[in-house]
Amino acid sequence: MSPAILDFVEFSLAGLCVGALYALTGIGFVVVYKATRIINFAIGEFMMMGAYFFFGLAAQAALPNWAAIVLALIAAGTVGGFLERFIFRRLIGESAISVFMVTIGLASIMVGLVEIAWTADPRSLPTFLPDQPFFVPLGSAEAFLASKNGWSFIIVAAIMAAFITVFRFWRGGIALRATAADQAAAYSVGINVPGVFSFAWILGAITAAAAGILVGSISGISSAMGAIGLSVIVVVIVGGLDSLLGALVGGLLIGWLEAMASLYIGGEYKQVATFVILLLVLVVKPYGLFGTHDIERL
Amino acid sequence: MRIGSAKQTYAADEAIFKTNVQRAWFAALALALILFPFIASDYWQLLACLIAINIVAAMGLMILTGFTGLVSLGHAAFMGVGAYTAAYLSNHLALPFWLTIPAGGFVAAAVGAVFGIPSLRVKGLYLALTTIAASFILQSIFFNWTSVTGGARGLTIEPASFFGRALVTPGAIYWIAMPIAALTVWWARNLLRTRVGRAFIAIRDRDISAELLGIELLRYKLMSFALASFYAGMAGALWVYLFRVITPESFRLIESIFFVAAIIVGGLGSVRGAIFGAVFMTLVPELLKIGASDLAPYWPDAVKLLSPVRTIVFGALIVGFLMFEPLGLNEIWQRTRQRFALWPFRT
Amino acid sequence: MQSEGDARADGPILRVDETSLAFGGLKALRNVTLKVESGSITALVGPNGAGKTSLFNAISGFYRPQTGRVFFEGRDITGLSAPARAKIGLARTFQNIALFRGLTVLDNIKLGRHAHLRTSLVEALFYYGRPRREEMELRAEIEQRIIDFLEIDHIRHAPVGALPYGLQKRVELARALAMKPRLLMLDEPVAGMNREETEDMARFVLDVREEWGVTILMVEHDMRLVMDISDHVVVLNFGEIIARGLPADVQRNEEVAKAYLGSGEIGSEVREAVAEIAAL
Repeated sequence: MSPAILDFVEFSLAGLCVGALYALTGIGFVVVYKATRIINFAIGEFMMMGAYFFFGLAAQAALPNWAAIVLALIAAGTVGGFLERFIFRRLIGESAISVFMVTIGLASIMVGLVEIAWTADPRSLPTFLPDQPFFVPLGSAEAFLASKNGWSFIIVAAIMAAFITVFRFWRGGIALRATAADQAAAYSVGINVPGVFSFAWILGAITAAAAGILVGSISGISSAMGAIGLSVIVVVIVGGLDSLLGALVGGLLIGWLEAMASLYIGGEYKQVATFVILLLVLVVKPYGLFGTHDIERL
Repeated sequence: MRIGSAKQTYAADEAIFKTNVQRAWFAALALALILFPFIASDYWQLLACLIAINIVAAMGLMILTGFTGLVSLGHAAFMGVGAYTAAYLSNHLALPFWLTIPAGGFVAAAVGAVFGIPSLRVKGLYLALTTIAASFILQSIFFNWTSVTGGARGLTIEPASFFGRALVTPGAIYWIAMPIAALTVWWARNLLRTRVGRAFIAIRDRDISAELLGIELLRYKLMSFALASFYAGMAGALWVYLFRVITPESFRLIESIFFVAAIIVGGLGSVRGAIFGAVFMTLVPELLKIGASDLAPYWPDAVKLLSPVRTIVFGALIVGFLMFEPLGLNEIWQRTRQRFALWPFRT
Repeated sequence: MQSEGDARADGPILRVDETSLAFGGLKALRNVTLKVESGSITALVGPNGAGKTSLFNAISGFYRPQTGRVFFEGRDITGLSAPARAKIGLARTFQNIALFRGLTVLDNIKLGRHAHLRTSLVEALFYYGRPRREEMELRAEIEQRIIDFLEIDHIRHAPVGALPYGLQKRVELARALAMKPRLLMLDEPVAGMNREETEDMARFVLDVREEWGVTILMVEHDMRLVMDISDHVVVLNFGEIIARGLPADVQRNEEVAKAYLGSGEIGSEVREAVAEIAAL
């Protein structure tokens, strides 16, 4: 087994696992966009918020890990609902750019708050995942996959499966899809549209927070970890802003591409590679692989 | 108290200052700007230079985003291009500042035009994202093109020299920065009186109709990017003569966001807005610093919290203005002027 | 007043040849062939969704038809970009007013002249010199020929967003006139107007044809206006031309009645009633 192929497989596996986390956050992003048409630039900071809530509850308040995770997710969801109710609901009708800038401002505020409470120093999260790495058989050799990466993938896959089932069949999921398709029509058939907005933001915050906890457990946390949000934005652009499937496919694809860039070009070019991909996609296929194309009428 | 001002010639109607009162205020402002360095402390002179540089940069972004409606989150990267160009030309070709500063502008304009090409295919938020991508790609170039940019360490620059005298103090730089700022403001105001400015605004408001009325979209969008980047390049070049060092960390995404915040806070779409926004956003961190050191005797930790508080205030300004005063400081200014237009009578 | 464009005796000013336009599966125009004679007022009518605005957009250059050619003053403009078409004299107004809210009335009108001005970016930055000259000449011309003519001098510095609907429509017309038009395409010029405003607009349209020598092609739903001032009427339905000719002839046409009133039983009763009234 040549080292080159082994490297390729190991990097690919790691990339796909990171990609799974991108996909999970991407889902959170798409849920908010589908319901409210808002592009949440602060998605990375929502991840950071989830990770820091977990840190505060598990490391500082010394709660058992599972309780800390659940409470962190609830706290994140509350923040999401709060932001929707008191900020974004007041901005209904404003231009998309204005709302986008508000999310940028929020990102700043969240970073500042985290720095006040926990300082800007990087920290590590308490471990809650098994330590045993994975070994994937590959011909005569075995490809190594770090345990946290592998477990992240498994957890995300489980969440995805739950998601898809819930969305397909539960009334709330249908209400979300209806509101996404046509707000006025959704109102007129009795759907509580503001309720759907709240739900979307709460769900989006919870998914981002979950992804943040997993990302934090792999690479540690810091007040700058929100930068990962830029990769997530690339993911949803590539996948199509309003496509859950796109977030899934886009996440895995971008995760894998970043790993390949890391392997073949060098780690410091990873982010640039992501942005070159973004530029290419925006110029060639701006609505992404699965997004819906809006035709402009005169 | 002004009751009405009728004009007798078209030229008078299209002048920038339409009344004698306005001209008098402007003369007073010009006088103040000239006397300023002689009466201000070193600290305020530095601030004035920063404000002038930020006015140039904000004005460029106002032309691109405020007039033409093209959202850019990469403006600081073009300042970086101007700064590196000026430093490189000064170090390697010993060119004087009055060549390197415009050169910084031109190189930034060319780069800006290239990164403006996607604006024909994508709009709004998608365009904002391409500009973010541009910002990261440029920053990567600053970091990795070591032979030209000095890599992570960056470049230092000799002070600007004027007839053999080295311009080292902020007070000296003021005399370059302030006239350039005034010039760039005048240029922007003039644009609005000509077909170029009208075309920009038409593209912002309804670009499809603009095209059907005879405006070539790609040409004018690229023109807007190039002009805005020219401004940014000059601002960056001024910046490097002030601080005498440029690194890849000098102009990041957060600095671009700073300028977008400045034009929102100032008031999108107006020349005045760029000035208000630049002044306000430059002074706010300074006010926070003063506040922190004032609080220090009672609360020693205050200074440590300065950086995160600044970050929060920054974000809060963006959110606050967009929620409660979306037309910015310019709107507040206009409203106040209206209230006093017929003073002492009430409107 | 001096007549502007010379009415060419040879050939129609606009000719659309076998043009088809489809959006995915939706066929907006099917094999449309159309001639507009120089100096005429031609009306394009038809029920909602017939393709009238699509035809306008194809002529303006906003849509690229899949088949067919467009000729303007004898020249094939099918491959010409929209701004280029504006420059050679193809001016238009829009169905839902497309004034630029960031500009005053005067600036909106001046914008119409954009393609014919020569000021470059660098000249514009410094204003004095060519830009100032061009702006002054343009201002003088607009004041004398357009603002006076359309009676909008009292609102020249008003922001267009603050104007009532009827005045906005007039400003749109003013802007189109600033484009040095040879063919003026008006998309529903009197939509939403009351009787008095409609009569004012009719007067303006006729004056434009008289004093400016401009050919008019208009989409309209107001049948009284169409019958009163048009020389030639073309009826569109489901993307096809179903009738053309003198207003009176088209009015009596069976197909046209069916298109507007439907072809079922109730439709035929209404048609009989309409025919009886028309015969009075």
